[in-house]
Amino acid sequence: MDLDPVLLARIQFAFTVTFHIIFPSFTIGLSAYIATLGVMWLRTDQERYHRLMRFWTKIFAVSFAMGVVSGIVLSYQFGTNWSRFSVFAGNVVGPLIGYEVLTAFFLEATFLGILLFGFNRVPPWLYVMSAAIVAIGTSMSAFWILSANSWMQTPVGHEIRNGVAVPVDWLTIVFNPSFPYRLTHMLNAAYLTTGFVVLAVGARYLLAGKHIEDARTMMRMGLWLMAILAPLQLFIGDQHGLNTLQHQPIKVAAMEAHWDGSKPGALVLFAWPDEKAEKNWYEISIPRGASLILRHDPNGLFPGLKSVPPQDRPPLLNVFFGFRIMVGIGLYMIAAALFGCFLWWRGTLFETRWYLRIVSMTWWSGFVAVIAGWIVTESGRQPWLVHGLLRTADAISPVPAASLLGTLVLFVLCYGIVFSMGIYYINRLIALGPEGRALEASEGMPNRPLMAAEGAAREAIERKG
Amino acid sequence: MEWYLPVIWAALIGTAVAMYVILDGFDLGIGILFPFARNEAQRDQMMRTIAPFWDGNETWLVLGGGGLWVAFPTAYAVIMPAMYLPVIVMLLGLIFRGVAFEFRLVSESKRWWNRAFNIGSIVAAFSQGVILGGLIQGITVKDGQFAGGHFDWLTPFALLCGVSLVFGYAFLGATWLIMKADGEVGERARTQARLMLLIVLGFMAAVSLYTPIAFERIAQRWFSLPNFYFLWPVPLLTIFLAAMLWRWIGRRREVLPFVASIGLFLLGYLGLVISSYPYLVPPTLTIWDTAAVPASQIFMLIGTLFLLPIILGYVIFIYWLFRGKVKEGESYH
Repeated sequence: MDLDPVLLARIQFAFTVTFHIIFPSFTIGLSAYIATLGVMWLRTDQERYHRLMRFWTKIFAVSFAMGVVSGIVLSYQFGTNWSRFSVFAGNVVGPLIGYEVLTAFFLEATFLGILLFGFNRVPPWLYVMSAAIVAIGTSMSAFWILSANSWMQTPVGHEIRNGVAVPVDWLTIVFNPSFPYRLTHMLNAAYLTTGFVVLAVGARYLLAGKHIEDARTMMRMGLWLMAILAPLQLFIGDQHGLNTLQHQPIKVAAMEAHWDGSKPGALVLFAWPDEKAEKNWYEISIPRGASLILRHDPNGLFPGLKSVPPQDRPPLLNVFFGFRIMVGIGLYMIAAALFGCFLWWRGTLFETRWYLRIVSMTWWSGFVAVIAGWIVTESGRQPWLVHGLLRTADAISPVPAASLLGTLVLFVLCYGIVFSMGIYYINRLIALGPEGRALEASEGMPNRPLMAAEGAAREAIERKG
Repeated sequence: MEWYLPVIWAALIGTAVAMYVILDGFDLGIGILFPFARNEAQRDQMMRTIAPFWDGNETWLVLGGGGLWVAFPTAYAVIMPAMYLPVIVMLLGLIFRGVAFEFRLVSESKRWWNRAFNIGSIVAAFSQGVILGGLIQGITVKDGQFAGGHFDWLTPFALLCGVSLVFGYAFLGATWLIMKADGEVGERARTQARLMLLIVLGFMAAVSLYTPIAFERIAQRWFSLPNFYFLWPVPLLTIFLAAMLWRWIGRRREVLPFVASIGLFLLGYLGLVISSYPYLVPPTLTIWDTAAVPASQIFMLIGTLFLLPIILGYVIFIYWLFRGKVKEGESYH
């Protein structure tokens, strides 16, 4: 069998980047939550906020470590896997990544040290401020990386000179047309992901009859946030979609599995799009629905997949199903948040066990939705790496397929071990709960760097034994 | 401008790489020395000396790689494919040792993550040495693209550099422990530091003798006149510093050995820079051949000149905050 280096390079990058995005989606939201808890603690002086802050910081430490190490890999893979892209786009995208390192990575890494180990060495205000700085750092990181990604989707502000993209106007490049939408969509998604995890953990404790006070605090904070952000995400997503229609119409056609642009588009609820036959099988759809959403007019037209030759179309199944999974989960989150608020208003939130059970079992919703959403936008950009400028197949490094395959296997093995252990450990920290003895123990020992989770670990071992 | 910008950027990236080598060097060194700890309390102590810093230290690697891409995209695009396997293996090593910090604390059995921390550190250090060696010996380039074989980097010289760096980092780690660890760990580090010093000097001598013999351009650089007049202090200073180091370790100085070991590293680094300048990808691509367009270099330079002092400010702050020695078995209830 002949190995296709482009395909292998893509699979490898897709694999590492998909693993990586799990952690930022969680840590962006979680750092903001930790900072919020810290501020509430300082303002109200209530111990429960402090306890929750310390608890979530332990979980943050484990997830952030995985985010860091999987992120370093990416900054080198641009060169190892996509060296021709590095040359083509380096003048434009390079500085954006550079600014991410300078404005975000150092900030996060340094103040995380204080957040994790400095509790006994700094005054409370500086401790809480470190949490806030870490949260700001993670968002700044998202700002720059999404700016770079958005430029690859909607490149502007450059010119092509000697076959490479050269910057002309930096403001236009940074704030390229799809960037504001992508940034708000992603940040909101990160907050939703974390909000849902917090909600699910609260529900889990209530079901188990443990840590009741903390669980109620978590659920109230989570629900309140979700009830605002989940419906908001629907609106942001819709705006993002309209923006995509304007700049990358074929991506939208793939999302809607819309073949013939001369007719109004149906809202396809389910179908099996067939790339060869250029039609949908088993289609269940609302006629003119997509036209209504995208053009606000039942007779509105938008380009279909057939308007470009097959080699210019994105891989249809990824985009089509990725989109449906993302939207489906989004709708579920809205329903869960609003129904939870309804129960809260009725005063039966903490007793409605079936609701708690569903919520606690769907902690993963946000992660899956984020991954599905990225599959939609990244697969939807294909066959381009930089939309309209550089094809993915032309961007690859001169590296033989065998090396790519070998390292892909290594990545799968190593990530499999490291990240399954990481998730197992996070789950154990959650199972242990916020009232672990670790807290009293660590507070009793002044002036010494403390490992964030060591007390919890000790306790886990003791409980086991 | 077209002449100065690449020089400024080469200096900045050179600084970032030096920062990385020193900062992550000592914490990788702790990983390399890890098996010599007698028990779990000592391992905890060793790890605690670097726990608040390692993440920030590793960020210099991202800055080095990212900076190379920003300022010299062509060099980045040549070096990464040429060093494909060592780079990926280094990254995997860094993953295992990086997560080990948090994982060993939450797992039932620390044994496996102790091992991951140790082996990951060795693998990362060795790969970095191999990459360095591969770069010094030169990369085949045609039309601005990597055009060599995929195992070109695999030479006895590159492997020698790999082993040298493992010992070099272990040496930095040992002098760090002299400064930061109390009790038996700090005591043992003195013996380790002296032993490592001798080994490192041996490797430095080997590289210094081998490179001018094997590479004409490096011999030209060092031994042609008038270069020789300016350059002879570099090896002399190295020998002097090494002798002082030996003394300081013996006289139970605590901070000086670490400072001097940094000095020793910087001298070695300076030697390599002198050997290679102005080539970024020896023996063909200079810093000017591979530079990004001025618009990109200036845009990034403005931010760097503004942000780098701030970054250095809080990096210094955190080292100051976690100053002082760490005791053995101190943290457990």
